[in-house]
Amino acid sequence: MAAAHAETQHHTTTGIDNRKLLMWIFLASECLFFGSLISTYLIFRGDSIVGPLPADLLDIPLTSTSTFVLLMSSLTMVLAVFGAQHNRLGLMKGMLLATIVLGLVFLGFQVYEFRHFAHLGLNLGTNQFGASFYLLTGIHGTHVGVGVLYLASLLVASARRNGLGKEAALHVDIAGLYWHFVDIVWIVIFTLIYLIP
Amino acid sequence: MATAVGTVGHTHEESTVWKWLTTVDHKKIGVLYLVTGFAFFLIGGIEAVLIRTQLAVPNGTVLDAGLYNQLFTMHALTMIFLAIMPMGAAFFNYFIPLHIGARDVAFPRLNALSYWVLLSGGLILTSSFLFGEAPDGGWFAYAPLTDETFSPNKGLDFYTVGLVVAGLASLMSSLNFAVTIINMRAPGMTMMRLPVYMWMTFVVAFLLILSLPVITVALLQLYFDRNFGTHFFTPGTGGDPILWQHLFWVFGHPEVYVLILPSMGIVSEVLPVMSRKPLFGYTAIVMAGAAIGVLGFGVWSHHMYTTGLGTVPQYVFSASTMAIGVPTGVKVFNWLGTMYGGNIRMTTATYYSIGFIALFTIGGISGVMHASPPVDGQHQDSYFIVAHIHYVLFGGAIMGIFSGLFYWFPKMTGRLLDETWGKIGFWFLFVGMNLTFFPMHFLGLAGMPRRIYTYDADLGWDTWNFVATIGVYILVVGILLFMLNVFMTLRKPATAGDDPWGGATLEWATSSPPPEHNFDVVPVVRDRDPLWYNRDHNIPMPERPAHLHIHMPPPSYFPLVLGIGILLIGVGALSSLAITALGVVVAYYAVWGWALEPTE
Ligand code: HEM
Ligand SMILES: [Cu+2]
Repeated sequence: MAAAHAETQHHTTTGIDNRKLLMWIFLASECLFFGSLISTYLIFRGDSIVGPLPADLLDIPLTSTSTFVLLMSSLTMVLAVFGAQHNRLGLMKGMLLATIVLGLVFLGFQVYEFRHFAHLGLNLGTNQFGASFYLLTGIHGTHVGVGVLYLASLLVASARRNGLGKEAALHVDIAGLYWHFVDIVWIVIFTLIYLIP
Repeated sequence: MATAVGTVGHTHEESTVWKWLTTVDHKKIGVLYLVTGFAFFLIGGIEAVLIRTQLAVPNGTVLDAGLYNQLFTMHALTMIFLAIMPMGAAFFNYFIPLHIGARDVAFPRLNALSYWVLLSGGLILTSSFLFGEAPDGGWFAYAPLTDETFSPNKGLDFYTVGLVVAGLASLMSSLNFAVTIINMRAPGMTMMRLPVYMWMTFVVAFLLILSLPVITVALLQLYFDRNFGTHFFTPGTGGDPILWQHLFWVFGHPEVYVLILPSMGIVSEVLPVMSRKPLFGYTAIVMAGAAIGVLGFGVWSHHMYTTGLGTVPQYVFSASTMAIGVPTGVKVFNWLGTMYGGNIRMTTATYYSIGFIALFTIGGISGVMHASPPVDGQHQDSYFIVAHIHYVLFGGAIMGIFSGLFYWFPKMTGRLLDETWGKIGFWFLFVGMNLTFFPMHFLGLAGMPRRIYTYDADLGWDTWNFVATIGVYILVVGILLFMLNVFMTLRKPATAGDDPWGGATLEWATSSPPPEHNFDVVPVVRDRDPLWYNRDHNIPMPERPAHLHIHMPPPSYFPLVLGIGILLIGVGALSSLAITALGVVVAYYAVWGWALEPTE
């Protein structure tokens, strides 16, 4: 008889790996998480009694650049998954590294932006814009940070002697789901906060 | 010599404790949840007894106003998040794999982690009493009462942090259960052959997965309001107290179904077996459960009629609230239809199930009454609402859990609880419950507001308040009888046998209690009531193979360590950044250990 555990790992009712299914359902939950934060932002739009207001602060060219960086990281992530699935481990590692670097650059932009806004007088307690903007983008940034740690862990693990094992493709694939999700959320945030005045 | 003996005994004892601390077996974890949930049920009960003792007579002096506020707030939080939900999760844990024919849940270590995190959340919330600073803003913590001006002590920070931590636990276990039910079913166990209990579990998992993130955001915002100077819910820079109510109830209403659906599932298992007849209208009851799940997200504003929603929203939410009564009614008829014409065995489990139907129906009817905004204008914030919530929560959720306890106790321990004492206990609970809560309908209609710590003598409320308090003491006797029953039964030999009730579902096809791997041979399912089908078609139980080569996941201490890390992060959020940082380090270490630990 086959080992029960191996059975549970590889043979599932739907054929989808348990861990991948877990990530999909978790992301459904995350949709409502960000949905609530974004709703809060929209509800308070225009409700700030004192400045600085979004129009005084938001620097669209700057944030477009960081958005572009994050978008590119999705591309490198796709390539990392491709590498993992086709057993091209060099490509996988390189692209994981690239994704991590792009994620860090995005975070760098965000740190700069936060410091700049604070310098111009926008703090958490300044007005409704400050509160809802910092909470929403801050939590998104935290998600990017967690993603960077996640990918870095995979990269470190793949450098070990026995690598990620035969499940490398699966691990990278699941991490990719997370990464793309966080990326898509940013597109929504960028559109709603920066592009639609 | 004496020391040596002592040492041996000591080591032995420690190893049992260690086993429980590191277990990843869903059955052991289920027992942990059950014991924890019951302990919190007792704590919540003591709080309730204090509240009722204070209200027994006009101008009571047992409690002062401040303590009273803490007690009613903690009573609700404890009962909802730390008693009913964990006891529900206990049965989920124990019976999901057994019902679907699996060896364990999809993620055994995550399952253990969920328990430790839940316990952490419970400890954080309850420890607030030690500082004399328990939350006191009601379980729904309406703004602006929760603002620092009105709640200057740490009470509401215990509330936000405790609930976020407990919510994290529920989220993890719900994800785990959803994946398990989708992906770990035995051959032949299609979705439409799942026991109704599994369907209700499945709906509950999704309700939690989709509603917990909303309350988490609200709690974060409240935490920021209180600690970092934002004004999400207070007027300061233009915040909105009503926003809190929306976020809270978008979670809060699905949450009440999280509390009731497990018990509906239990009743749907108990009644067919005790009536010796398949469930009447399986598809209808499953669809009704799913419909309740979906509609449950569209009725939250019925808690907010009196905030001035406007006419159209009031119509819409009134209509959707009344609509949700329909699938609920469908279920009641299904249970009645199941019993109708059946050869009913009147066991204690049957008593509790029938009690559930009767009492829950009363609560459902008062619910539909305040689905109407003008009527609700009279009921809101009066004892009528308190009557409603206790008919659905005690009469519904708790009665269902007791039915499950009597039904499954033999499976979990190999021993049948005493039926005579069980029935006597039932009558104490049933009579006590009605004596306590039915008069609250009258009190509410006579204008008694909820959440007042005392009242004057000439308001016409004395009699029924006194009756209600007598009811609580009868309830206490009922609970004590149940505990006595459990202790006495556990001292007797395990003679219940594998299948004392002639059950239909797979858990009765294995030993009592089941072995760690649940089934020697993974069963094949041919029907909705697999064991009855096999019995009627003379299909013998599969033979036990001479050699079992079943590898179960080994115990692990990383869930416990990660749980401690999360506890530290929570404690840090209430005290100092240094503790949070320590928690993050511990958690990060645990995650790495977890990832690298061999699971074969
Ligand atoms: C037929 C189904 C039901 C309907 C139509 C219904 C309707 C309502 C309405 C309109 C309210 C708001 C009353 C107010 O505050 O003015 C309410 C409150 C409440 N209901 Fe129900 N309900 C139903 C079933 C349930 C169930 C199954 C549960 C829980 C197991 C439940 C638990 C509660 C609780 C806890 C509250 C009070 C919350 C609070 O204010 O503290 N209800 N219900
Ligand atoms: Cu509701």
